[in-house]
Amino acid sequence: MNALLWIFISALLVNNFVLSYFLGLCPFLGVSGRLETAFRLGLATLFVMLITALCSWLLNTYVLIHAPYLRIISFIVVIASTVQFIEMVIKRVSPGLFRALGIFLPLITTNCAILGLAIFATNKGYGLIEGLIYALGAGLGFTLALVLMAGLREETELAPVPRLLRGTALNLIIAGILSMAFMGFAGLFSAA
Amino acid sequence: MPTSKPDAYQEFIKGLWRDNPVFAQVLGMCPMLAVTNSAVNALAMGGATFFVLVASSFLVSSLKRWIPKQVRISTYVIIIATFVTVIDYSLQALLPAIHKELGAFIPLIVVNCMILGRQESFASRHSIGLAVIDALGMAVGFLFALLALGSVREILGNGTWLGLDLFGPNFEPWVIMVLPPGGFLTLGLLLLLFSWLAERRQKLAERLAEMEVEGT
Repeated sequence: MNALLWIFISALLVNNFVLSYFLGLCPFLGVSGRLETAFRLGLATLFVMLITALCSWLLNTYVLIHAPYLRIISFIVVIASTVQFIEMVIKRVSPGLFRALGIFLPLITTNCAILGLAIFATNKGYGLIEGLIYALGAGLGFTLALVLMAGLREETELAPVPRLLRGTALNLIIAGILSMAFMGFAGLFSAA
Repeated sequence: MPTSKPDAYQEFIKGLWRDNPVFAQVLGMCPMLAVTNSAVNALAMGGATFFVLVASSFLVSSLKRWIPKQVRISTYVIIIATFVTVIDYSLQALLPAIHKELGAFIPLIVVNCMILGRQESFASRHSIGLAVIDALGMAVGFLFALLALGSVREILGNGTWLGLDLFGPNFEPWVIMVLPPGGFLTLGLLLLLFSWLAERRQKLAERLAEMEVEGT
């Protein structure tokens, strides 16, 4: 139980996917303009991550032991088709949610955080339950980073920032400071 | 831009600076920030990306007539993933130390948006020669950006460059630069520098144009 909790906390805060592994930076910088959309994208990513964790476990257990060199290809194909499948299901079951997610669902395919999750979980040798907890932590951590960033960016809209600094440069520096703050969580492990 | 120079030269040179994938287009950052804590790692990552980008551009461009439009993105992704597997296994065999250092970030070259972007916007629409030249330019530009970032972080964060000691024993390293926040801060400042240079050049061009108008 304790080990599962550490996996969760580690993926959520200490080794936050965005702020310490630099995964999922494209949506992090691209879609963090508004709080509302950032939150939705985060949840959609969390959802895909959970399904990816399940699929990658199945692949690892039943297919890839026979052909390990197919790992990268099979992961990316499974992720792409899962996203496509989820898109169709959501469209049929809940058109409202589908409209709310909009363009974000297909974009998740190229989010490195998803493939990164599958590969990290494999490298660490996680089982099914551990993988799912890891995905939960990573997805929530991604959402947290995205929401924090969106909140900060909404504030900087009104701040008197030099014109050249506006845009990506400023966002990266904000992300750097945010990442510095998250480094404080590293102490959680040594304390235990 | 002088128009007399051959087309191929233009396609190559644009990736180096004006359309640099990192500084101008801000693409492909996901794998780059994580591995640029030293110049050697940056070189290895840049080299791996170089191979994947050039090889997939070549293949996509030569197969473009047979790839159905509806499934083109998935086809590109599978082609890219194949080359990434090749480089992953080659590095593991040839440079095991570096492969260990880069670890999980080699497979992540697959989702480098820059590579897929080049296939979709260039390689699938141009001849093989131009596609390879464009890929070479972009890859060198990417390598240059990685090396710049890795050098700044290694020099400030460790006092060394490519493993060479630069400042002697009295240098106090800025540890933060080799840690994740340093990556964000360095890239942010480099982007600032790039946009400053771009603006300066634009102003200069405007002033030149004004002077020409006055002269005639």
